[in-house]
Formats: sequence, structure tokens, C-alpha cells
Amino acid sequence: MFYREAGDFKTSYTADNQTFPIAFDRYRYYFVLIVALLIVPFLINDYWANAILLPFLIYAIAAIGLNILTGYCGQVSLGTGGFMAVGAYTSYKLMTAFPWMDMVTITLLSGFMTAMVGVMFGLPSLRIKGFYLAVATLAAQFFLIWLFNRVPWFYNYSASGQINAPERTMFGFAVTGPNAEAWVKYLFCLFFVFILAWVARNLTRGSIGRQWMAIRDMDIAAEIIGVNPMKAKLTAFAVSSFYVGISGALLFTVYLGAVEVGEAYGILKSFLVLFMIIIGGLGSIFGAFIGAAFMVVLPVVLRNILTDGLGWDTALATHFEFVIVGALIMFFLIKEPHGLARLWSLAKEKLRLWPFPH
Amino acid sequence: MPDQLIFAMEVTVNGLLNGVMYALVALGFVLIFKASGIFNYAQGVMALFAAMTLVGIQDGRVPFGHLINEIFGTDIHYFGWEVPAILAILLTVVVMIAFAWFVQRFIFRYLVGQEPIILFMATIGLAYFLEGVSDLMWGSEIRNLDVGLPQGINDAIDRATFDIFGYGFFIDNLDIAAAIIAAILVAGLIAYSQYTKNGRAMRAVADDHQAALSVGISLNYVWILVWSLAGIVALVAGIMWGAKSGVQFSLSLIALKALPVLMLGGFTSIPGAIVGGLIIGVGEALFEFSIGPLIGGATENWFAYVLALVFLVFRPQGLFGEKIIERV
Repeated sequence: MFYREAGDFKTSYTADNQTFPIAFDRYRYYFVLIVALLIVPFLINDYWANAILLPFLIYAIAAIGLNILTGYCGQVSLGTGGFMAVGAYTSYKLMTAFPWMDMVTITLLSGFMTAMVGVMFGLPSLRIKGFYLAVATLAAQFFLIWLFNRVPWFYNYSASGQINAPERTMFGFAVTGPNAEAWVKYLFCLFFVFILAWVARNLTRGSIGRQWMAIRDMDIAAEIIGVNPMKAKLTAFAVSSFYVGISGALLFTVYLGAVEVGEAYGILKSFLVLFMIIIGGLGSIFGAFIGAAFMVVLPVVLRNILTDGLGWDTALATHFEFVIVGALIMFFLIKEPHGLARLWSLAKEKLRLWPFPH
Repeated sequence: MPDQLIFAMEVTVNGLLNGVMYALVALGFVLIFKASGIFNYAQGVMALFAAMTLVGIQDGRVPFGHLINEIFGTDIHYFGWEVPAILAILLTVVVMIAFAWFVQRFIFRYLVGQEPIILFMATIGLAYFLEGVSDLMWGSEIRNLDVGLPQGINDAIDRATFDIFGYGFFIDNLDIAAAIIAAILVAGLIAYSQYTKNGRAMRAVADDHQAALSVGISLNYVWILVWSLAGIVALVAGIMWGAKSGVQFSLSLIALKALPVLMLGGFTSIPGAIVGGLIIGVGEALFEFSIGPLIGGATENWFAYVLALVFLVFRPQGLFGEKIIERV
């Protein structure tokens, strides 16, 4: 009825190539933007921000980053947690060393630092493939966590070994630290999510994105048709780590505030982000969003049902959560390897014909 | 002889014995990988599950007791009997075989022909699933595992080395037992795969799925078989590690210790797993002994990975792995 292409004429290549070629999609996108920018900040409270919205936004960035590497370029990485830690510690060092620096610069610099570290650990990908590489990225995970745990310079010789985000303001509003209000933190994260998702979407449908996908589909064939594998793989590692680093920095500065590295950025975090992109959909920016939303909301919902609704023990509910997450991963890999994003696009295909499918 | 050298020798011997333990875990990976191309991340959790089941059966714990109590408001924990170690081990083997059947029937049967990396991610999901099931079934507290293995310092070696070097080596009896059991296990596996009909079928499937199918070998049967074998290897590894440091969550992380071993030794080679385990065990121990104190210690978390990584850059298929040939 509403979801129609008929009558929506494109008169220029720009119009034909736009991200949302169907008018309804475009309006929906603007609608979501308006709700997120103009309505949510007025309704948000601490519970919603801390339980759902902030982790969703921050993990969405990490998921987009990992999706660029794994979903688009086909290089599986289990080092996401370690790279997030690089972002977090870079932003910590910058915040404490240069108190005058504003948070946007700090976060971007953290991203660049992580990108450099990512390229370094991505170098073996030129020789090693498949799960040999996946295991190799575990080296990054363990080494980085160990480094941040053992070298006191990184945590400014604090006695607890923890890092704490000092208060920093943007336009007079506290963004980090205990006094930051929920709506400020939300808008700050949303700003990064919006820009980064927009950049990622356009990168992946441009020349570099097509190179990544060629490498993913078959690297030798891609090399033969003229894709430079070194350039493609290393840019994928750089861009992906940039995103993951920013996400790690935001997780520390805005969301958690205080971080113990092994706990916040351990191997489980790497798996969490990997699960997000599997469930959401490999090779889809939108999939990264729904995957992140799903993995953030699922524990909250389960906890509400099992602990509050049925009155179960929290430990038991946690174990149950493991079973459900594991089962869901396997279910998705078997039934829908392209994840929730694929279901969404199937629904859209159906909607185009509805109500006259024949 | 200088003291440092003697200490280094002790560290080396202990490293070797530790390496045997790593190899034990790596063995389970190799079995499954050879036969089905599945890189089974859940191997470590399988060891945890097997050890938990063993302890649970031995103590006569009610499976899912906690869950049942929570749902029905009952208060049952124990059946009230204790099962002897041998019987408990046999029962656990039955459970692991049932698990192998379950995995094949409900998961990997539907993933035949998928890309290896998809299979790998499925096993990560399986690891989560099994970990949750294990906790629901037997609880998540630390358990003591006692199947009558010798423990404590080996006096004979202590005395012998004291006579030679004037310094007694500290070697744990348990490590020696683990080394002997591992040797028996490997010999048994090799004999099984060389001299029995099932073993031949296994090797045929490992060699070429299609050819094996065409001569009438049931892939499904062989895969259940290798998963069962991997389950039994996991049980042995679980007993060893469990007796060493208690049966607890961290047991599932031994999979992470075995991964660099595999990379070093090659994913497809049983001798590779053993040699890789020994190299990693010794390298890790010596590195921690010599360089560790200079840079803050606890290097064993990552040293193995970095060693394997550096090694792979020069030889991408590992020490004994089959040469990777790629065609378009």
C-alpha cells in the first residue's frame, strides 16, 4: 500500500544511487532521526540511558566496526575487546595528560590510535587466513589486556590499577564523570553513532567497500582481478579498529566511568560483539544496529522475566541466559546465516508486493 | 653447576609436563577437525562439562536440582548415594556419547557444507550453550575432583635429583600421572585409528568426505564417533585439570591454552598437537622464568599466542600441518 516504488521517478544518477532509493524508507529514516534527536533526549532518564540506550549506541559502533572487518572483509577477529581497551586507555591518557582537550578530539584520537594498533595486529592477516587468523587475533586480545594490567604507566600508577574518567564538559555540560546527565551522554554518543554509521554505510558501498567484499568472497580471485589484498585487508583492519576504538573509549569515558581492564574488555566482550554481528547480520550496517539492540535488550528482558517475574535466583537466571544466547547463535547460523537484517529485507520484499503478491 | 641452570632445568621439566596437559586438550580439537573440518571451540567447555558431570555423578547430585527446586519449590539436592570412581567415569562416557549424538543430530547435521568459519562460530555458540547447561545441571561452585590419582611432590625424583645436583626438583605426581595417561591415550587413539574398522572409516572420512561416502561409509556415524572420542578426550583432560586446580569455570578456558598449541603444531596432526604442546609448555615456562620478572610477570597468558603468531608468519600451516593449497 505505502511501500511503493511506482511513481517514484529518478531523474539523476545521484538520486538513483542514494542509500534509501524508496521514498518510504527515506521518510522512515528521517522519522527515526527526528525521534532520536528531538524526542528521546526529553524523555530519557537514568535507568533507560544506562540499561539500554547508552550500551546500545556504544556497542552499535563496535558492531559496525567488527562488521566491516568480519562481515565485509571476511577476516574474523576475536580481538575486539583488546582493541576497545586500546581506545579506552588512549582516551584516559589523553584526558589526564591534556585536561584542556575537548572530548570529541580525544575520542577521535583514541580511534586513530586504535587504528594504528589494529593495523599492526592485522599485518599477519596477509599470511594467515581463516581461523588461523581468528586465533592469531586472540594474541592481540591477551597481549593488550596483559599490557594494560601490568604496565603502571597506562593507569597512571594508581593503586587499584583501575582507570577513572575525570569530568570533562562540552558546551558547559558535563559529558563524563559522575555529574554528567543522561541526556547529555546520550546525545554525545548519538552524535558519534550517526556520523560513524553514515561514513560506514558510504564506505561500504564505494570502491573500498567493494574491494573488501571481493577479498571476502575469494581473496585469490580478487587479487587476480586487480584488488590489492594488502591495501584492502589493512584498510579494513584500520577502519574497523578505528570504530572499535571509539566504541571502547566511549564505553569507558561516558558509560562506565571506571574500568578494570580484564573485566570490562576481556575475551567475553570480543565474543559479545561477534554475537551481535552474527545475530544482526554479517555484512550489513543495519544488522550491526539490530544485533547490538538484540544483545543489549535480551539480558534485560530475561532478567525481568526470570528474576522479577518468576522470582528465580540471579545466578540461575545468568546461566539460563548463557543457554539461550548459545542456542540463539546456533539457531541463527543454521536457519538464517544472514541474521536479522536478512529477515528485515525479506519483509521489505514482501511489503513491496503487498497486498497483491501475485 | 650454577644454581640458575638447575632452576632452569626444573622449570623445563615442569614446562614439559604442563605441555602434556595442553596437548591433551589440543588432541580433542585435532580429532574433530580432521574428521569433519569443524574447529571445535567448545572443546574446553566439554572438558568442564565432563568433569562437572563426573563429580556430580560421584557425589550423587540430582541433575538440574537447582532449577527443579526453583520451579517447583522443592528442596532436593542429592540422591543420597555415592558412585565409585570407575562406574562414574563410565557413566560420564555415556553422557559424552549422548552429547555427541545431540550435537550431530541437532546442530552440525544442518551445517554440512558451510564455510569453516561459520562452523567455528557455531561452536562458540555451542560453548556458551554447553556452559549454561553445565551450570544449570550441576551448579557453578568449585568442586573437588577425586578419582584416586596420586598427588603431591614426587619423593623419588626429589631424592634422585638431590643426590645429583644437591637440589631436589619439585615435580608433582599428578603431572607425571597425566603424562603417562596422555601417552596411553595417544597410543590407544593411534591403535584405534590404525587397526579397527571404525578407525579406518574415520581416516577415510578425514581424507576425503565424498570418496568415503561413495564407498558406503556413513558420515553421520563417523562424525558421532569422533565427537564421542573428543568427548572422552575432554573427559580425560577434565579429570587431569580438575584434579590439579578444582573443577570450576576457569576449566573451560583451557581451550584458549590449547589454541596456540594447535596453531604451532598444525590443526590436522596428532603428533603436531603433542610436539606443539611440549614446545608451548617449555617456551612459556622458560620465558616466564627468564624474562617474566623483568616485565611484570604473568606472561603465560599471552606468550603462547605471540610465539604461535610469529611462527605462523613463517609457516602458515603449522609444524606438521598439511600444506595449504589454494585454487580459484
